Amino acid sequence: MTVNSDRLSAQQIAQAVAGGKLSAIDATEAALARIAKHDTVLNSFTDITADRARAKARAVDAAIAAGQNTGPLAGVPFAVKNLFDVKGLATRAGSKINRDLAPAPRDATLIERMEAQGAVLVGALNMGEYAYDFTGENVHDGPSRNPHDPTRMTGGSSGGSGSAVGGALVPIALGSDTNGSIRVPSSFCGVFGLKPTYGRLSRARSFPFVASLDHLGPFARNVGDLALAYDAMQGPDADDAACTTRPIEPATPLLAQGIDGLRIAVAGGYFQKNVFPEAVEAVARIAKAMNASKTVEIPEAARARAAAYVITTTEGASLHLDRLRKRPNDFDPAVRDRLIAGAMVPAPLVDRAQKFRRWYRAKVLELFKSVDVIIAPTTPCIAPKLGQVNFNLDGVELPVRANIGIHTQPISFIGLPVVAVPVPLEPMPIGVQIIAAPWREDIALRVAHALERMGAAAAPAPRGL
Amino acid sequence: MTEKETIVTDKTTNSLDDYIDAVATTLALPVEEAWRPAVRANLEVSLRLARLVDEFPLPDEAEPASVYTAG
Repeated sequence: MTVNSDRLSAQQIAQAVAGGKLSAIDATEAALARIAKHDTVLNSFTDITADRARAKARAVDAAIAAGQNTGPLAGVPFAVKNLFDVKGLATRAGSKINRDLAPAPRDATLIERMEAQGAVLVGALNMGEYAYDFTGENVHDGPSRNPHDPTRMTGGSSGGSGSAVGGALVPIALGSDTNGSIRVPSSFCGVFGLKPTYGRLSRARSFPFVASLDHLGPFARNVGDLALAYDAMQGPDADDAACTTRPIEPATPLLAQGIDGLRIAVAGGYFQKNVFPEAVEAVARIAKAMNASKTVEIPEAARARAAAYVITTTEGASLHLDRLRKRPNDFDPAVRDRLIAGAMVPAPLVDRAQKFRRWYRAKVLELFKSVDVIIAPTTPCIAPKLGQVNFNLDGVELPVRANIGIHTQPISFIGLPVVAVPVPLEPMPIGVQIIAAPWREDIALRVAHALERMGAAAAPAPRGL
Repeated sequence: MTEKETIVTDKTTNSLDDYIDAVATTLALPVEEAWRPAVRANLEVSLRLARLVDEFPLPDEAEPASVYTAG
C-alpha cells in the first residue's frame, strides 16, 4: 500500500482501492491529514467525522477482502455542506439557531447513496447562513477561504464545498444551489460544479431554503468524478415531493461521446452586460474551443432574475417566520433584515412571479429546439476580496453581494441543468455555465468533458496553500 | 429636487414605514428601530424587482409554476 492518494481523482482512488493498491482506510487517513494541515487556512470544514469515516473505510476494506463489489466510489472521501443531515449532528445550515436542534437521526438521502457506492463521509462544510448568501462568509463560523488566494471569497452559499474541493482536501463535495450556490463557488474556487435539473436529485433530509428553487449537486476537480458522483445519487425518492420519478439516466458512459452534432450557442444580451473582462475572456475561450459562433437571446432574463429574487425572499421568509419572531438576534443581521423584508412582500406579487416563471420556461424551452447547449458566464467577476462591499465596473460602483448571482439566477429559476466549468485564468480562475435543456445533464457533462480534454477548462492546483 | 418631489418622496418613505409597522404588527414580527433602515432598504429592492415582474403582461389563464400534483 504505497500509493499516495493526495492528488488522486475520485476515480483513481476507487480503482486503486478496488484493485488492492490502496486501502480505504489509508485514503481516509490521508484526507483527514490534509484537512488537519490545510483547513486552519481554508476554514472549509465545520465538522470532521473522523470516527465515522474510519469505521466506514474499514468496512469498505473488509468488503473488498471478502471479495464483495463495493461500488464505483470505493474508499473515496467526500464532504457535505452543513445543511445535509448527518446522523448524530445537528444540521446547522450555517446558522447559530439550528445548533440547538436535536442530532439528525438519519443521513440525507444523497449521503446514503454516496456511501452505498463505497464513498466515505469525512465531514460537514461551512456555508452562508441558511444558504441566503453569495459570498461564502459566515458571521458565526468565520468565512471559508479561497484555495487560490485565502484573502478572497469562496463564493456562496456552498463556500466550504468549493474551498474543500478547490483546495484538494477531498475529491468530491456536495452542496446546494437555489440561485447559484453551487455554480458561484465553483467559479470562484476553480472547480467543476453540477446543478442538475430541478427535481433530479433528492433533497430529502437536507435543510431547505426555497422549496420552489432548491437543488442539490456535486463539486469535483474533473468531469469524470463529477459524473460519477451524480450517477451515484440519481433515483426517485418519495421523501422529496419534487423529486422526479424518471429512471436513473447514467451520464458516465456517455462522456466520451464528445460534442459532434451538438448545436452550441453563446447567450447574448443580458448575459453580456455587467461583466468584468475576465468573464468576457472566459466565455470567449470556451466559445472558441466549442467553435460556437451563434448567439441566442434568452428572453426577459432580467425579469426572470427579478422573479427569482421575489420567490426567494418570500419563501425564505415564510420558512423562517417563527425563528424571526423568537430569535431575531441570533441571526446574521444582514440575513435577518432580508428575511423580514421578504415577509412583507404582498402575496399577489409572489403569485405573479410564479406565473411569470411558467411563461419564461416556455420561452426558453423554445430556444432549445434550435440549440442543445447555451454558454453563459457563471459570475461577472473573479472572487472578490473577503469583506469587499462594492466593485467598480466601467466606472460604476456596484454592490458585490447583489451582483454576484445575476447570471446564475435566470437559469436556476426554471431548473435547467448546468455544469459550471472552471477556466484557469491568471491570477484567479473563473467559471462558465454550460446550460442544457431539462433532463439533459448528460449533454452538459459531455461538453464539459470535451472542454477538459481540450484544456479549455481545468481545475487549477490550489495556489493559496 | 422640487418641493412637490420632496413631498412625494417623504410620503413614499413614510408610507413604507407605516406599511412596515402594520405588517410587522400583523405578523408579530419584531423590527427594532436599529434594523429599520436595512429592512426598508431590502423591502425597497424586493418591491422594485417585484414591480418589474408585475408590469409584465400575462394572460388571465397563466398558471403558476407550482410543484403540487394530486396523487
